[in-house]
Amino acid sequence: MPTIVVEVMPKAELLDPQGKAVAGALARIGKGHFSSVRVGKRFELTVDGPVDDATRAAVEEIAADILSNSVIEDVVGIYYPEAAEAVA
Amino acid sequence: MRIGVVTFPGSLDDRDALRAIRMAGAEPVALWHGEHDLHGVDALVLPGGFSYGDYLRCGAIASLSPIMTEVIDAAGKGLPVLGICNGFQMLAEAHLLAGGLIRNDHGTFIRRDQKLRVENTSTAWTSGFEQGQEIVIPLKNGEGGFIASADELARLEGEGLVAFRYLDVNPNGSLNDIAGVRNERGNVVGLMPHPEHAVEPGFGPDTADAMRSGVDGLTFFTSVIEQVLVAA
Repeated sequence: MPTIVVEVMPKAELLDPQGKAVAGALARIGKGHFSSVRVGKRFELTVDGPVDDATRAAVEEIAADILSNSVIEDVVGIYYPEAAEAVA
Repeated sequence: MRIGVVTFPGSLDDRDALRAIRMAGAEPVALWHGEHDLHGVDALVLPGGFSYGDYLRCGAIASLSPIMTEVIDAAGKGLPVLGICNGFQMLAEAHLLAGGLIRNDHGTFIRRDQKLRVENTSTAWTSGFEQGQEIVIPLKNGEGGFIASADELARLEGEGLVAFRYLDVNPNGSLNDIAGVRNERGNVVGLMPHPEHAVEPGFGPDTADAMRSGVDGLTFFTSVIEQVLVAA
């Protein structure tokens, strides 16, 4: 069954406390060669039928309205199975 | 005078809110997230807690609950709505209030008796305070950092939509020390600290007079009772 992937990240200009915490932990264990770490989300949406225009429209709508909150996050990628390229 | 409190899966402070409403002198009405019915209440509280385990984003899944259709509709018609903590997060997710709430900048959960300044008294829930009054009510959250874009922040400040500001300590990295905001009409207010936990002597924050004697939270509920009675 086709799986569509939606990726969401905290807005670049806003603080990402999770990323900061991970970066701090890496530095503490001697893996501090990374200047920053950012933590985001990956959603995998599986559909039973083919991925048609209606599916794409629905994915884009929920990515913008439900899977992300545009006040604090950006949708950075939507990946459809047949064409593995980002369209967002 | 009936004030509803909506219980969501994972709400924690719904009972405390119901109790605060009763102590302020109104009839509390327990409402359920899965219904499409506000039971004709005169005002509404979205309580604190961890609805849906804070999955997706705090308050996000609750903001899609069946009853939120009626809440959003009634708020648009002027029904007083107060969002406390997780309820504030729901109002932000439902776009009834501006801004968003993110994880505390220090990364840890925080609980403290928090001093606030009342920045705006022309709302349904703050009319009983003095402008600039300093109050102390409990704060307890992991994701209480208020953020908004620079433009939105300037608009909130310019239009007087900041309802409460943290004093002495900014406990979570909120921009401009914002603890709570209101909508343009003034019927919808949200804040991270918990007025419902400071309504009865013996169980509130410490004051200069006596331990646990703080009841600054009661004014939220007496304010809305007075506002609804004036409007009636």
